[in-house]
Order: sequence, then structure tokens, then C-alpha cells
Amino acid sequence: MSDAVRARELTVRYGDLVALDRVDLTLETGMALGIVGPNGSGKSTLLKTIAGLLTPAGGILEVFGTSPRSLPPGTIAYVPQIEAVDWSFPANVYDVVAMGRFPRLRLLQPFSKHDRRVVDGALDALRLGDLRNRHISQLSGGQQQRAFVARAIAQEPKLLLLDEPTTGVDAATEEALRELIRGLVKNGLPVLMTTHDLDRAADWFDKLLVVDRRVLAEGDPASVLASGAYAGIREHTHVHGHARSDTHGHPK
Amino acid sequence: MTDFLLAPFQYEYMQRAFIAALVVGTLCSTIGTYVVLRKLSFIGDGIAHASFAGIVVAYLRGLDYYVGALIVAIVTALGIGFVNRRGRVSLDTAIGVLFTGAFALGVFLMSRVPHYNIDLQSFLFGNILGVSREDLWLILGLALVVVVSLALLYRALLYTTFDPVVAQASGIHAGFVDYALLVLLAITIVISLEAVGIVLVAALLVTPAATAFQLTRRFTRMLVLSGAIGAFCAVAGLYASYYLQSASGATIVLLATILFFIAMAVGRRRMPLMGANLPH
Repeated sequence: MSDAVRARELTVRYGDLVALDRVDLTLETGMALGIVGPNGSGKSTLLKTIAGLLTPAGGILEVFGTSPRSLPPGTIAYVPQIEAVDWSFPANVYDVVAMGRFPRLRLLQPFSKHDRRVVDGALDALRLGDLRNRHISQLSGGQQQRAFVARAIAQEPKLLLLDEPTTGVDAATEEALRELIRGLVKNGLPVLMTTHDLDRAADWFDKLLVVDRRVLAEGDPASVLASGAYAGIREHTHVHGHARSDTHGHPK
Repeated sequence: MTDFLLAPFQYEYMQRAFIAALVVGTLCSTIGTYVVLRKLSFIGDGIAHASFAGIVVAYLRGLDYYVGALIVAIVTALGIGFVNRRGRVSLDTAIGVLFTGAFALGVFLMSRVPHYNIDLQSFLFGNILGVSREDLWLILGLALVVVVSLALLYRALLYTTFDPVVAQASGIHAGFVDYALLVLLAITIVISLEAVGIVLVAALLVTPAATAFQLTRRFTRMLVLSGAIGAFCAVAGLYASYYLQSASGATIVLLATILFFIAMAVGRRRMPLMGANLPH
């Protein structure tokens, strides 16, 4: 398997604040890597940096052997947390999912049958077919999250980055999402996902990374969960793995 | 009725005014869709006021007013974009600083000229009846540039307007798209100055788009509807100003404002759930 993402000594700062401190990470194609850690530990920062949204202050970051911003359009699909957009925007579910095709289209290139088929497939995969004509402001939080994931799937990316996609979704949707992601991974798509849900990490991921601005542990979920690093994080989480918001600067 | 509709066209200056109003009304309200959805309403006002400095400098140098206004408007638009992206101040603060500074420069330069014959009122409130043949060609040419650019950038503008972060992560150059929109906005504002003036151009950018937003939940429909509303307001407003002997720019904007409130009432009845999840 070749490396989809390779980070060495990756450091990211917000002004004087070090958000990520010399992080090493390797994600191979056909692998799902979970990132766990308390709030403010740099999980989302790591995803945004790999997505090319933030510039590293130091270290090496390669996505498919080059810098993220040098990749062809459509290579990376990023699913942020749902609060990020204005849900009163004039668009229905289909419109949002169809945006996933935009990076794949040239200027003025019309939406083809293939594009429509891919969008329909993404809607069906996320069980949004019945909601395709519904305005996005009329979706529940879980449905909004599914629409974001469907948009990412419609992009047919080479790398999928998911920022806590299970937040606010019901158990059935979470399981459907897990099966979908596992299916994509099985077909060779590398997936990097942040989560607070430590209890089901082994069901989701091939590899787990425990982060608190720096990497505390890395390996297969079972061994990481059994390690002291996991216990350290565990102390700062609620039941079912939801992290507390007051975990900045806790002793490691 | 035919006489009523055709009467203004017996004058050549009215023919030019109607064409200019139609183009400016359609263009402002079409690009205004992005202004409203990106919450950039203050920008139109800012760029319009800043362009005043360019008008004064052009007057002092004996240049065409359009050239001066266009240069200052584009520089201000890019400056606003740069300060917003790279600076540590919010967009409205960046606009507030840059446009008041540029407007003050215009007033300062003008106050230093002992005797000037520049028609200040026509730039502040518009003088669409004064659009010359040359002005009209310039308006049509620049409008074509804006329309073609908006068509080419359609998908990128839509995606970056809805979700700029994800659009950028997917490989769309959100920064370029933002700057391009600001430049197109600056061009649109400058070619609208003679029609509606510095003070009222922001209304033509915002009000038809805000009206369309009340009536539809689809982006493309909003874009088309906004353009149609802007075109209607510009032409109907010009007719009204002809028969009422009122200021054309103000009449156009007043008509757009009336339509906005009607649409608000209609929109609430048609789409009661629309605002249910709006952030407060």
C-alpha cells in the first residue's frame, strides 16, 4: 500500500499558540485512521492542515507525495462539523450534494448523466433520496450531517477527511455511515476521521492516533485502547466518550 | 397605453437612459445575489463612496471620470479583500476604514480646488438622463465583461458562497474567486454611478436580491429573479420618474423598496418554515 498522507514533525501554530507540535502520521491507501483526543487537542486543526486550509509552521506534510495545495481539484473531500454554514442558503439537499461535483467540472462544462448518477448514488447511500427536494433549513442536525457526507462522496475523492461526522446522528444512521465508510475503505479510499466516540473505535478504524497537540499513541485500536495514553484521554471524557471542554493543558 | 409607454422614447436621451437603466438594474441585482448571500451589503456602499476620490482625481487631472472611479474602486475592493483575509480586523471594519478614508481623500482634494465645475450632485444621486452615447457604450462593454466573468465563475462562486472552507479544501481557489467577485463588484458599481449615484447604488445591489430571497429557496431561481426584479424596477422607476418629474435614481430605489416589503409579506405566507432554523 502507498502512503496517502505522510506527516513528519508537523507543527501548526495559531499566532503564538502551538496547535500541533511535531506530529508524525502515516495514512496508507485503503485504510481508515481515527484521531481521538480531548477538545482543543488539535484534531480539527490536523484535518484542516491536511486539507490545505492551514499552512504548517514546520515539518513535512505530503498528500499523495506532494503538498495538499498542489493536488488536482477534487482530490480531497473534507466534511466539517455542521455548524459551519448558513442553513438559510437557497438550496435543497440535491443542490448541496451536487456541489460535490463542482471541483470535477471544467468551466461551463454541463452537468452530465454521469454527474447526476453519482449525485443520486450519494443521496441513496446516505438515505437522503426522499429528502432530495427538501430545503436544507428543514433538515435535522443528523440529516444535515448526512448531506455533508453525501456531498463528499459525490466528489469521488482520493482522500476523505471527516470531522466528527457522527455528532448528532442517531444510532441507525451512525451504523449506516460506518458501513458506508468501511465499504469505501475496502475499495481503497484512505479515510481520516476525528471522533470522540472511543468505545466503537475498533469498529470504525484500522489504526488509531491519540492526539493532544502532539501524538500520544498510535497503532491498531485494540493496542491503543489498552495503552495508558487512551486511559489519559478517557479520564477527560464523559460516558460514551464525549470530551469535556475544559481539558486544555491537562497533565499527560 | 401605447402612447403612455412610447412617449419617453421620442427623446434620444431617454432612449439612452432606458438602455442604461435596464443594463445597470439587471447587472447590479444579479451580482447583488452574491452580495446578499455573502452578507457583503456594506461593501457596495463602501466601494461607491471610495470611488468619489477617483472622480475628483480624474477631474483634477483632466481624465475621464469613469477611469478615475474605476481605478479607485478596484483598488479599494482589492484592499478590502486583502485586509479581510490577511489582517486581524473584521470585514465591516476593513470596509469602514478604507471607504471613509478614500471618501475623505476625495473631499479633501476637492476642498483644495478654488473653483470647480464638477457636478457633485449627479455623482451623489445619479443623473441617468445625462448618459452620453460614449457612456452607454462603456456601460455596455463593461457590463459584458462582468456577465461573462460571472458565467465562467458560476459554480465556483456558488460553492464558495455557500461553503468557502469545503470549497477550498476540494481544490477551488476560494481566494481568487473572492477577489474576482470584488473586482466585478467594483466595475458594476462604477458603471451604475451615473444611473443611481454613490448614495443609492448600494440599494440597487441589495434590495432586488433581498426581495428575490423572500420568494424562492433555490439559488439559480434567486439569481434570475433578482436580475428580473432589478430590471423591472429600473425601467418602471424610470417611467415613473418621467411622469412624476422626480429624481430617477431615488424613484428606482423607492420602487425596489416597495417590492421588497410586498415580497416579505408574500414570502412569509408561502414559506412559513423558511426562517425556522435561521441563526439569530
